[in-house]
Amino acid sequence: VEFTKLAADPSVVNLGQGLPDISPPSYVKEELAKAAAVDRLNQYTRGFGHLSLVKALSQVYERVCGRKIDPLTDILVTVGAYGSLFSVIQALIEEGDEVIIIEPSYDCYEPMVKMAGAKPVFIPLRHKNDGKSASSADWALDPAELANKFNSKTKAIILNNPHNPIGKVFTKEELQIIADLCIKHDTLCISDEVYEWLVYKGNKHTKIATLPGMWERTVTIGSAGKTYSVTGWKLGWSIGPQNLIKHLQVVHQNTLYMCPTPLQEALAQAFWIDYKRMDDPDCYFYSLSRELESKRDRMARLLQEAGLKPIIPDGGYFMIVDVSTLKADLSDVDEKQPYDYKFVKWMIASKKLSAIPLSAFCGPETKRQFEKYIRFCFIKKDSTLDAAEVILKNWSKETA
Amino acid sequence: RTHFLSLSLQAKMSRPVQARRLEGIDKNIWVDFVKLAATYAKVNLGQGFPDFPPPDFLKEAFVRSLSGQNHMLHQYTRAFGHPPLVKILAQFFGKLLGRDLDPMTDVMVTVGAYQALFCCFQAFVDEGDEVIIIEPFFDCYEPMVKMAGGTPVFVPLRPKAPKDGKLMSSADWQLDPAELTSKFSKRTKAIVLNSPNNPLGKVFSRGELELIADLCVKHDVLCISDEVYEWLVYDGKEHVRIASLPGMWDRTVIIGSAGKTFSATGWKVGWTVGPSRLLQHLHTVHQNSVYHCATVAQEVVAQGFQRELELYGKPESYFIQLPKELQQKRDWLVQSLDAVGMKPIVPEGTYFLVADISEFKSDVPDVPNSDEPYDSRFAKWMVKNKGLAAIPLSAFYSGPHKNNYNHFIRFCFAKEDATLKAANDILQKWKREKSSP
Repeated sequence: VEFTKLAADPSVVNLGQGLPDISPPSYVKEELAKAAAVDRLNQYTRGFGHLSLVKALSQVYERVCGRKIDPLTDILVTVGAYGSLFSVIQALIEEGDEVIIIEPSYDCYEPMVKMAGAKPVFIPLRHKNDGKSASSADWALDPAELANKFNSKTKAIILNNPHNPIGKVFTKEELQIIADLCIKHDTLCISDEVYEWLVYKGNKHTKIATLPGMWERTVTIGSAGKTYSVTGWKLGWSIGPQNLIKHLQVVHQNTLYMCPTPLQEALAQAFWIDYKRMDDPDCYFYSLSRELESKRDRMARLLQEAGLKPIIPDGGYFMIVDVSTLKADLSDVDEKQPYDYKFVKWMIASKKLSAIPLSAFCGPETKRQFEKYIRFCFIKKDSTLDAAEVILKNWSKETA
Repeated sequence: RTHFLSLSLQAKMSRPVQARRLEGIDKNIWVDFVKLAATYAKVNLGQGFPDFPPPDFLKEAFVRSLSGQNHMLHQYTRAFGHPPLVKILAQFFGKLLGRDLDPMTDVMVTVGAYQALFCCFQAFVDEGDEVIIIEPFFDCYEPMVKMAGGTPVFVPLRPKAPKDGKLMSSADWQLDPAELTSKFSKRTKAIVLNSPNNPLGKVFSRGELELIADLCVKHDVLCISDEVYEWLVYDGKEHVRIASLPGMWDRTVIIGSAGKTFSATGWKVGWTVGPSRLLQHLHTVHQNSVYHCATVAQEVVAQGFQRELELYGKPESYFIQLPKELQQKRDWLVQSLDAVGMKPIVPEGTYFLVADISEFKSDVPDVPNSDEPYDSRFAKWMVKNKGLAAIPLSAFYSGPHKNNYNHFIRFCFAKEDATLKAANDILQKWKREKSSP
């Protein structure tokens, strides 16, 4: 909320908040116009998810997961993936529980776990190459450290794959380590996979729920906002076994009851269009990923030319950047804040470019580890990236 | 594969997987009755939604917004409410309340009035707190209070016999002042007021609201005022906003709904209006549960309100036309039910009507010692055998009180004339079948 206000100045090139400024595909917008024109679709629909949407979701994910998914009992449609996170945590987590959160983490996990009365237990991703990391793949969990975090109170682990902010795509082996611990300690897995389609060349997204023993203990979360570049539709979903999803449905019927009908219908139609071409490279799930990969590469090049050190993400639409190499003069910015906060404020004011400081994604114990990084969002149209390019080229001229 | 399970792991595996806050709140009548209606109903007067479309000006606003150049309408907007919407709501309700409202702090947009209620209970109710709920009540209040760890305390509206020869009115259902007073205790955190009231259609009078207000002020209690049907009042009645009474603005959160205001229940846009000292806590719940509401729906509702602000008080105002139309439908359904022996309670507001079905008991005999309230069995029988869907009044009572008023069912009359006529045909045929040997 804080940084959104600062970056709202229209003269600032906003690469901070994870918000596409590219247009959603035209058929997605057309389906919404069509849906809103149908009288019945302006009234209440099924609480746990509009029928045509849950059916479409079950088809798409049956294909991806290789297992039967019942649209009525195994799926809940929520107000964004955010709403799914809230529903699963309220449904399954309570006082006395511990929940493992991997840092840096999307900032809502911790307050949601606390709101449920439980204790967050943090574990950081650590870079493997002694600071010489250049890729998100260089960051990993220490298996022994992870094993130590599990105990009889551990109710769940929250996994974000592909990972925001680092962009890491967990390998099957890394997921197996997590899965083994979940099974050993009878722990649930809340798998936030909103960036599941945004995986770049040489990488494969594996759903932890498809590993042996994991379907029955995993709730997998997805997002229309990230899938179709419509963050303002606020539609997400939770998929999992009936014996877990039924509790999320109880939370849902006692919190907001239902998501908007016309948006769900439009999303269903968009899913049918892409479901039919899941074998075709033109399917939006793959074409968006290709589009973003070239933006990623362009962004990385510009940052490197400006003397900054980007960590190339294997997935997602964020890139973290080591800014300590610049040794910028931040003496007139507020002393008490972490380095990256000061850097971003200085960058917004003097360079008219915004980003998010990485320590915003960290608890107090890990802030020091990550305070030399800031996060850029690259799901931006060419003119935005052009404006960023101008700033970054001038920047490197100044430091040269 | 065998391995020794530690005692603590065994203990963990034998506990239920779900959190204790879900205890006692897993049943939901709508899930059941919506399914029944979908399967059996030829005429659905059950769940409260219009079967006529939203007004043309709103549909046009939607088309305009989508066809415009601004594709940022498909991205996140301000978390606590899309600026054009909170601004117009602040203007509109400021005018109605005679106050200067700050759109950024005194208004918050929610995913329907339902989520506004959720935010209020989560923000204000703690374990040990009591919340007074007036029966019959919109069914979600009770589980929401419980989920927040609070204790619901019920006080009933009691029917007075109508004057000789007249039909009962929702105005004949009243609170007993002494009984209401006795419900307020040191532990009372809030009272939920729903006026106009769903299911009865009661529009609380100024005098009745003053009684409630006095008790709130005396006991320093918050008022959660669910006013979603604020525009649907009939016979020239006035909808009095309790927040406008002395001492009440500072302790009241007003809840409204675009779904009910603009006949678009599927959009799920609601709002809260109140002092920032209360709304700041709703912000906290909101930003930790849904964070943002859908942008395009908010944009369109803002345009709807803009039009209504310009036409306020004029005959073309939707807020004048809609209640006028609905009053006619109300009167039609009242006649329809009265003619066949179901005794309607004429509602002063909302688009619901409750009718006494005692005379139809011969079709659905009482089952002594049944767990299910009579009206619920009746409503299920009626939808399966007559194809007419309605909701049993007991659905709007707390568990122990479900049999207090178990011979009433609720009809929704926000329906096209053709639907109401079809309902009438079913009722007339039913009556004929009863009279013939």
